[in-house]
Amino acid sequence: MMDSLALHLPALLVAIPLFTAFLIPLAGRAGDTARSALVLLGAALTSLAGLALAARVFARGTVLYVFGAAAPHAAIPMDSGGIPIRIIFQVDALGALMVVIASLSSLAIALYSLAAESRQSGKDGFYSMLFLLVTGVLGMVSTGDLFNFFVFLEISSLAGAALVAYRIDKGEAVEGGLKYALLSTVGALSVLMAIGILFAQYNALNIATVASRLRFGSLDMIALVLLAVPLAMKCGAVPMHFWTPDTYTTAPSSITALLVVSSQASLYGLFRILFTLYGDLLRFNWAVFGWFLVILGALSAFVGVTMAIPQKDVKRLMAYHAVSQTGYMLLGVGVGLAVFADAGALAAYGKTAMAGGLFHIINHAMYKGLLFLTAGAVFYRTGTRNLNRLGGLGHAMPWTMVFFMIGALAIAGIPPFNGFASKLLIYESVFRFSPFLAILAMVVSILTLASFVKVFHSMFMGPPRAEFAGVREVPAPMIAGMAILAAFVILAGLVPQVFVDRMIAPAVNALVDRAGYIAAILGGH
Amino acid sequence: MITRLLLAMPFLTVAVLLLLALGALLFKRNLIKMLMGLSLMESAVNLFLVAIGYRQDGVAPIFTNVPQTLMVLPTVQALTLTAIVIGVATSAMMLSFAMVIYKKYGTVDVRNIRKLNG
Amino acid sequence: MDIPWTLQTGAGAWNPLLWLVGFAVAFGVAWLVRSRGRPDNRSGDALKPFISGNEEPENAGGHIPASNLYWGFTEAMKTYYSRLVPFHTGIPSDYVAWLLGVMALMLVIALTV
Repeated sequence: MMDSLALHLPALLVAIPLFTAFLIPLAGRAGDTARSALVLLGAALTSLAGLALAARVFARGTVLYVFGAAAPHAAIPMDSGGIPIRIIFQVDALGALMVVIASLSSLAIALYSLAAESRQSGKDGFYSMLFLLVTGVLGMVSTGDLFNFFVFLEISSLAGAALVAYRIDKGEAVEGGLKYALLSTVGALSVLMAIGILFAQYNALNIATVASRLRFGSLDMIALVLLAVPLAMKCGAVPMHFWTPDTYTTAPSSITALLVVSSQASLYGLFRILFTLYGDLLRFNWAVFGWFLVILGALSAFVGVTMAIPQKDVKRLMAYHAVSQTGYMLLGVGVGLAVFADAGALAAYGKTAMAGGLFHIINHAMYKGLLFLTAGAVFYRTGTRNLNRLGGLGHAMPWTMVFFMIGALAIAGIPPFNGFASKLLIYESVFRFSPFLAILAMVVSILTLASFVKVFHSMFMGPPRAEFAGVREVPAPMIAGMAILAAFVILAGLVPQVFVDRMIAPAVNALVDRAGYIAAILGGH
Repeated sequence: MITRLLLAMPFLTVAVLLLLALGALLFKRNLIKMLMGLSLMESAVNLFLVAIGYRQDGVAPIFTNVPQTLMVLPTVQALTLTAIVIGVATSAMMLSFAMVIYKKYGTVDVRNIRKLNG
Repeated sequence: MDIPWTLQTGAGAWNPLLWLVGFAVAFGVAWLVRSRGRPDNRSGDALKPFISGNEEPENAGGHIPASNLYWGFTEAMKTYYSRLVPFHTGIPSDYVAWLLGVMALMLVIALTV
């Protein structure tokens, strides 16, 4: 029983949130308590499946799941002539890392939403789409099929846009949702076009199969651009970041935290396409696309943080920081990509830079999620996001303040929190690639600290204000949701090496091991 | 020559549709027209998918009583169906967004849908 | 020498637990020094903030709103911000234009290099 359950974990990973999403309106008819119970159960089971699957991948290597096959591992049917014809989920260490991120965040976010959304109407649709968004994110990071990736990308985009616009908020939320949906759709259509181009040439949709047949002609390069640029846009890289502040600001805070995870799933897609689909050691132009990521990363880091400093809306400020932090990930992994063809440099600092970039993904998801949740907690009690109007909340909301401090110190890269560990990896490896970029990254970190000092001062410091006299601490489920993320921030800060050894290093190795990814499906080297 | 030109026709149509769509997305001020451009873009991509599956003199890929072995590719047709469904959902959602924005902002001019900026 | 729980960065190492121990030691030393101070100095006037001999202003209105923080920074970077902020127009079609622009640029680069 347990064995067969474990065998079907990749399918359960998307099946559980998908079924939960469509059961919620039913449970909603039975009342608020039933719906809340189902949300909790669905979120807990999803994270459980995710963490169990990740543990399996980290212990035994890549997990395959072939939908509809007699045995879940039978990637190539006997009579197919050596081609995988079914939809295959292929979860390697990199995918498992992303699954861990999505599992932990979605659990914390579901818990938080239960209290934060308790006073709102239309909760059936809200939670249904929340679970669809989770389904989309989990599917994107575990599928081994290009078209399947597109479908999950669209599921997450549509559910995300609908959630952003869900509370119309005088039309502003709809404006944010419209911008997100518009760009996501244009991007997704470009991805679909690229998939068509690849399918026309190689007669396959399976990532490993296409990778093994790739000839690196002009059409392939066009397809690469059509895939990579929209995914870079979806993760909010400058100069395609404009939607990020608009969308993140207007979405409910719990959804913003989930959108961060969804944008990181796009980042995963970008890395998967560059390294696994196109990463042929000799025929791929490593320098061009490495520098593409490095330049996007450096621009994002700097433009993001400088745009954040003068912001007055706390969530808009944090959204610009999300752009800025994505820059670190692009920078770290981009350096690894740029020096990939040089085995010496890759071993000396390229892999460390990639480890820093990937470690920063999980760290960022946790502390940025935490920060958005604290901003949501403040909004929940005060009804405003305007930093000029807030003040003196530290007296009434001590827990929120402590969680905010943890998140703010982590994002600014202050030891001993997790942001410091990943940033240190990035600084020291990027310095050997280009000292200028390393110094830029440090300056960005200082500016990040400066702008969070401003937020801390404006929200929590100062004497209690008369207009916020009735403000109390937020309800327990919201504190619990924030506590999950804060606990990870502290734990990953205190024992970073454990995370790097167990999760990040395997993920880096999975990312650079293109032959291994292909062999997992097609067999043999 | 003529045959080759005819075979290239769907791809030329795709190119024309894409250009129209991009034109509408970039230069139309009316949000509804922009969304029409988006819909055109979806059609272009769908046509592209179906066109790459076409085989000259091929028949529909139904295996019972098949008269010959040459068939058009079924995979891309399945992809197109999926893409159409997704496209319908997208269009419906975006149009409802346009409706709400018109109600709240009193305009569908994209140059005025910019309360969020800076 | 191999200390467990240490993050190897290739060029250096980072051990948060050792750092915490160092932090605790420094805190202990500071506390020791403080405890050896004069106990009678902890009451009355000594508790008031010293503002160059001026009277302490009232608490109300003492909170500086967010916009006024870092005024100097934004003022000094005025030329930078006056060029950067206008890019963030907020118009949806501009956003699409940026995406397509980057795509076109990358197409040119990828096909020529």
